[in-house]
Amino acid sequence: MSINVRALREFWCSVGFAERNFMLVKRYAGWEAVFLTYTIVSALTIGLIGVATGDQRLVLYLVIGAVLWGYLSILFHEVSECIAWERWEGTLEYTFMAPVKRFTQLMGNALYAITYGLVRAGVQLLVCALFFGISLAGGNFLTAAVVLVVSSLPFLGMGLACAVLPLLSRERGSQATHIFQALILLVSGVYYDVTVLPSWLQPLSVVSPATYTLRAMRAAVLDGVGLADVTTELWILVVSGVVLIPAGFACFVLGERWAKKTGKLKIEG
Amino acid sequence: MNDKRVTNDDLKGGPAMESAGTLDRVNLDRELELLAADGFYDGKRALRVEGLTKRFPQPEGKRRGFWRRRPRFAALAGVTFAVEKNEIFGLIGMNGSGKSTLIRILSTLLAPDEGEVEVFGVDVTRNPARVRELINRVAVDAAFFKVLSGSENLRYASRLYGLWPQEARGRYNGLLRRIGFEPKRLKDQVKSLSRGERQKVAVVRAFMSTPALLLLDEPTTGLDPRSKREVQRLIRDMRAEAGTTVLLTTHDMEEAERLCDRIGILHEGRLITVGTPAELERRAGGPGEAATMEDVFLKFTGAEWLADENGG
Ligand SMILES: Nc1ncnc2c1ncn2[C@@H]1O[C@H](COP(=O)(O)OP(=O)(O)OP(=O)(O)O)[C@@H](O)[C@H]1O
Ligand SMILES: [Mg+2]
Repeated sequence: MSINVRALREFWCSVGFAERNFMLVKRYAGWEAVFLTYTIVSALTIGLIGVATGDQRLVLYLVIGAVLWGYLSILFHEVSECIAWERWEGTLEYTFMAPVKRFTQLMGNALYAITYGLVRAGVQLLVCALFFGISLAGGNFLTAAVVLVVSSLPFLGMGLACAVLPLLSRERGSQATHIFQALILLVSGVYYDVTVLPSWLQPLSVVSPATYTLRAMRAAVLDGVGLADVTTELWILVVSGVVLIPAGFACFVLGERWAKKTGKLKIEG
Repeated sequence: MNDKRVTNDDLKGGPAMESAGTLDRVNLDRELELLAADGFYDGKRALRVEGLTKRFPQPEGKRRGFWRRRPRFAALAGVTFAVEKNEIFGLIGMNGSGKSTLIRILSTLLAPDEGEVEVFGVDVTRNPARVRELINRVAVDAAFFKVLSGSENLRYASRLYGLWPQEARGRYNGLLRRIGFEPKRLKDQVKSLSRGERQKVAVVRAFMSTPALLLLDEPTTGLDPRSKREVQRLIRDMRAEAGTTVLLTTHDMEEAERLCDRIGILHEGRLITVGTPAELERRAGGPGEAATMEDVFLKFTGAEWLADENGG
């Protein structure tokens, strides 16, 4: 088979995973509406803290934090839970037995996570902008878009590494993932500058990719800076993505091998 | 690399569209030719299992030693057999004898501890990706996304196996009718289907990809007598039309006798005997005595026979 046909087939499969996830979203439309409302309201309440101080810039600062964190956590969550969730549904063995590269499967889930995250974050941003009467005219949206794309990479990598945890330990895997996500929220300066963190926590903020994402995004939207002014942040994000995606994938492959050795894929029967 | 599934014809929606309800012999033959050309397949042997051993921790075992490991028991202990292309090979044995474990190893879901397993000459440990292109499996628990409809599940399956959805639809609707499942019911969520109905959709999902080796783990459990017959007929037809090789486990002795060319009996992880149904029945019965498959099962898994075997 030619390279093209093989590539087409793998692409076709990854679309299949994304499509399947969207079909599921459709079935749970009620819950989707509930979660969306909840995240919007939480962004609004945080923005209102800024309104109370009378500082318009702070409102936008907080809203950027809420919306960006919303996007990144969806990305991370959807990728890291894709295995746990298939195991719960009972389809894990079926999917693992299919003639599909594991990378394709995970990328299909990532494709879904990115699209879904963008839609949700977009709606959240729109509602916040209307609610607070925020003008985004001063922002540099080319920079913002590039930051968004580039910051997805390290989060995908971390998601891949965490995705395999539920294969190693059924419940503790998901528990560890949630704790990890909470830690990133704490140290990355989502609603405050990381300099306010206690000094013993500051080193963690340096290694969290979200720190750079937020910093660059705020520079783009609040100060309208061009790409040249955030190159350091962009490089850090690109490099961490280039390291974390293969590393995360390698973790996944090792975890899968171990699970097959010890019989952890099986659910019943 | 080969690819039996996405061809230019398929992409144009060409000849493959006409295959409604039938199975795709052409692609399967082509795939096997490619395997032969690559030096894997020898033209007749579909499956070779040699000295296969798999151990699991004993559920009630006490953890011991530095690593606090549980003692292990052998779910499969040195299993050796081979299946020819086009054969329907049955595996019977008591609950927990290792049938599903064997099938999981063949589906690349479980790594063997010792021994060799080859599917059409392709080693399951060294080259699992290639093996996955040759197999499909129906498990005891029909694994579906239960909130999705039957057709959505089948659509997803068709993508996984590189079938064009329109082409797949033609195939699965035809196959479903052949086992008495009205395709209209595919609109319903899987959770609203009965257990037997789900099982039928699972059977069709595996058949529509025309695997070279079909692994059926109790495919007819939970089906009514008529549906059972229809599924059994489909298994036979599949073999005749597409040249599929089948490995089947079952607790229905009548089914084993009716379907299988040869039957192996697993007991506590060991394959204690293999033979055609007639041979096994002859061996189970005394001189001039006719035995049924059930007698065969009871005899070969019974304490006296096993004691004889070990003692003598
Ligand atoms: N993944 C696993 N982890 C631990 N033990 C396992 C695993 N899979 C199977 N076993 C054990 O191995 C033994 C064989 O199980 P298996 O499912 O292969 O039996 P079976 O012949 O299919 O039985 P049944 O007829 O009831 O389906 C059982 O004792 C089972 O508990
Ligand atoms: Mg079983």
